[in-house]
Amino acid sequence: MDELYRDQILEHYKRPHNFGVVEAADLEYEDTNPFCGDEQHVTIKLGEDDRVAEVAFEGKGCAISTAATSLLTDELVGMTRDELLRLPKEYVLELLGIDISATRMKCAMLGLKIVKSAALGKPAEWEDEGEAGNPAEAAAF
Amino acid sequence: MTVTAGAFPIERVREQFPLLEREINGTPVAYLDSGASSQRVLASIEAVDDYERRHHSNVHRGSHTLSGEATEAYEGARGIVARHIGATDPREVIFVRNATEALNLVARAWGDANVGAGDRILLTEMEHHSNVVPWQQLAERVGAAVDWAPIDDDGLLDLDALRALLERGPKVLAITHVSNVLGTENPLAEISAMAHDAGALVVADGAQGAPKQPLDVAALGVDFYTITGHKLYAPTGIGALWGRLDLLRAMPPFLGGGSMIRKVTREGTTYADVPARFEAGTPAIAQAIGMGAAIAWLDAELGMEAVRDHERAIADHTLARLPEVPGLKIFGPPPGPERLGPVSFEIDGIHAHDVSEILDRHGVAVRAGHHCAQVLMERLGVAATARASFGVYTTTEEIDRLVDGLEDARRVFGL
Repeated sequence: MDELYRDQILEHYKRPHNFGVVEAADLEYEDTNPFCGDEQHVTIKLGEDDRVAEVAFEGKGCAISTAATSLLTDELVGMTRDELLRLPKEYVLELLGIDISATRMKCAMLGLKIVKSAALGKPAEWEDEGEAGNPAEAAAF
Repeated sequence: MTVTAGAFPIERVREQFPLLEREINGTPVAYLDSGASSQRVLASIEAVDDYERRHHSNVHRGSHTLSGEATEAYEGARGIVARHIGATDPREVIFVRNATEALNLVARAWGDANVGAGDRILLTEMEHHSNVVPWQQLAERVGAAVDWAPIDDDGLLDLDALRALLERGPKVLAITHVSNVLGTENPLAEISAMAHDAGALVVADGAQGAPKQPLDVAALGVDFYTITGHKLYAPTGIGALWGRLDLLRAMPPFLGGGSMIRKVTREGTTYADVPARFEAGTPAIAQAIGMGAAIAWLDAELGMEAVRDHERAIADHTLARLPEVPGLKIFGPPPGPERLGPVSFEIDGIHAHDVSEILDRHGVAVRAGHHCAQVLMERLGVAATARASFGVYTTTEEIDRLVDGLEDARRVFGL
């Protein structure tokens, strides 16, 4: 089996979960990977308890960015905005379950960055490369 | 090595590029990313080394021996560049960091003085960001408008549309010589004549064009032409702006500082003549010498006619073989006189990043992404492409390895 392009990754790439747009979304954000121009658009509907009730994403991306956001959006229902902001990058890496090289880290983190930006309502000041990132700082906004 | 008609001396050329001995993932590198940055030729590496070890000093400053030697080598490099591009006067060659800086220099120094509110700036859809952003910034500063000359579905510039846009009377047409995505060579001589008839100056981005063919700026008819060293088998941090002497002399300085002055007093400064006026501060001396050495090697050992024939042969081979890969789409014109490298493509069902990642496992280096040409990407309707780009050392066997790697990518993705 391929180390990087495991069946699970390819499955999420070819048939991403939660692909589309949530109608009448409460939170949404669109961003690009400046390295390659890939775009993702995340829409989130909150329930009466202010927790994520529905989430969807759309866009064009590579296997890694698409699978990462597909896997991530599977996990978000029931989370508060604060919990979204506290998600560390390791959360996505564990979902992916593969080694991500430095050159592909921006691909893997694109969806998480957009989810955080949607929760903040503005671009998340969040370093997605190198260090683990500091979700507490992001949450302090 | 000598200039020979017929067979390109590919083996002897490859011996001049030490990096090609590198292995990537256990196989010799097939470096198909020269459009991003070429590898360094030994003549350039050795010229830089010799300069750093034996001749370094600052230029244009001292009367001691070393300063004299450094100045002679630096100005010698200017002369090599001037001869290579057909400039009649070496003063028309300004050393800059790269083509991007050259284009910024023109947009600032010429643009601010000559483009005003309500004026128009004409760009093409195939421009690299380096020939887009400085003009957008100029338009924003002075209140000018930007027009975009379209390409046709083959990736060729639509000359009728260009002519119509020129009738709007732009002050300047900024255009690439060769597209860094499509491999399209624009007919600059014809285009320059059209632009001049309409009263527009022509600023040509030669970052991709200069390494691929003989140059004669007078024959091209352009007013400014830019080159960058690191795509010409020379170091990073050095490039050149060529401009018509009368235009350069009428332009105010870009950066202020040492070397670019005639006299500085408490009340103000008078500026040096060109090229010094545009070379503020200590320049990239070693890199300029390295660029001169690389260009001298190209001219003496290969000749740019042979370089162009090789580029076209590799592009033709790539264009012939890539369609063997199912689901592969090529962007850019079919083989022909206006088609050079690079060759950009996408494969249905595999993103360009993943293509590049899998090719790397085979030691094949290509670029994946938007290639700093997002206006063109939008026109092509893609976010990213994979791109194979070539150099004087590129072989048809390396292209065959590219095709094999793409077959493997399809296998990995279960296609």
